[in-house]
Amino acid sequence: MHLSIIQVLLLIFFIGAILKVAGWYLVKEIGTGMMMFWTIFWLAAGMITAFPGVTSYFAGLVGIGRGADLIIYVSLVVLFFAVFRLLVKVERLSREITLLTRREALKEGDGQKK
Amino acid sequence: MLFIVVPAYNEAKTIGSVLNGLIAIQDEVAQIDHKLTPISIVVVDDGSDDDTFSEAKSCGVIVLRHAVNRGQGAALQTGNEYALTHGADLVVHFDADGQFDPADVVTALGQMRKDGLDVVLGSRFLDRRSSIPMTKRMIILPVSRMVNFLFSGLWLTDVHNGFRIMTRNALLKIRITQDGMAHNSEIVCQINDKKLKLAEVPVKVVYNEYGQGIRGGMRILGDLIFRMFCEKG
Repeated sequence: MHLSIIQVLLLIFFIGAILKVAGWYLVKEIGTGMMMFWTIFWLAAGMITAFPGVTSYFAGLVGIGRGADLIIYVSLVVLFFAVFRLLVKVERLSREITLLTRREALKEGDGQKK
Repeated sequence: MLFIVVPAYNEAKTIGSVLNGLIAIQDEVAQIDHKLTPISIVVVDDGSDDDTFSEAKSCGVIVLRHAVNRGQGAALQTGNEYALTHGADLVVHFDADGQFDPADVVTALGQMRKDGLDVVLGSRFLDRRSSIPMTKRMIILPVSRMVNFLFSGLWLTDVHNGFRIMTRNALLKIRITQDGMAHNSEIVCQINDKKLKLAEVPVKVVYNEYGQGIRGGMRILGDLIFRMFCEKG
């Protein structure tokens, strides 16, 4: 199996990412579900990098010419969705902070005489 | 009882004179309806870094404090909830930066009572007392009015004017969820949705600072659109 320089660099990066995920799991920064998801994600990315022909097969199935194009399309959709989800989550967190702040302010205010 | 909610963020320089001005209208309010007095003034210090809290406290009013800055909309909702749980019949929203004239509260209250209104909103364009910067008058406000109309369905003479008075009944139907400046449009939307009886009243606005510029306006528009996509209703 002959690997190009970019493939080797990417594989090193993915191995680093998997080690990082394992590290976070060990210090309990992430749960089991999160650890499994990211490990499988980086392993899949590694497989596609090492055997790029696999993507051509799937690209052909959905009517896209090249495997690399399929990766770009899927990545874009996933990234946009991830950003949207993050924005919604940030909005929800922001609202929860407001509710907490308000509850504290009202509690403190109830102790004041008019 | 009349509650005046004053949201304040780093307004230590102006809050004292604003509060003293509001305290001074007590007798005039009593002449309109003695049941509205004594007036309760509620300052919501929205996580100020300066002495806003102590300055407001020294005026002898109720001061609620947000531990962290959450925005004017959030501060107003905190004030509204306090007013409702403490028996408010009418609630006034009044800015802390000294740009409004407390005498306008009395005039607006009079009109509200006379016409049996649920809500009155202040407008800078119903008389000539406010000297509005030209770019604001010629560009920002017409565009903002259009945007406000598209979102709320109400065609008002002014937008994002922080002066408003609401009856208890109206306030029970209005809930501010926009923490930032988009709360103005949100309130107008809810006034229209709940079919509340509304009128605009002339208010004088003194420009100490420019207020909402184009960037502020874009942020408001962004907040409104984002909320439209994120949730129903």
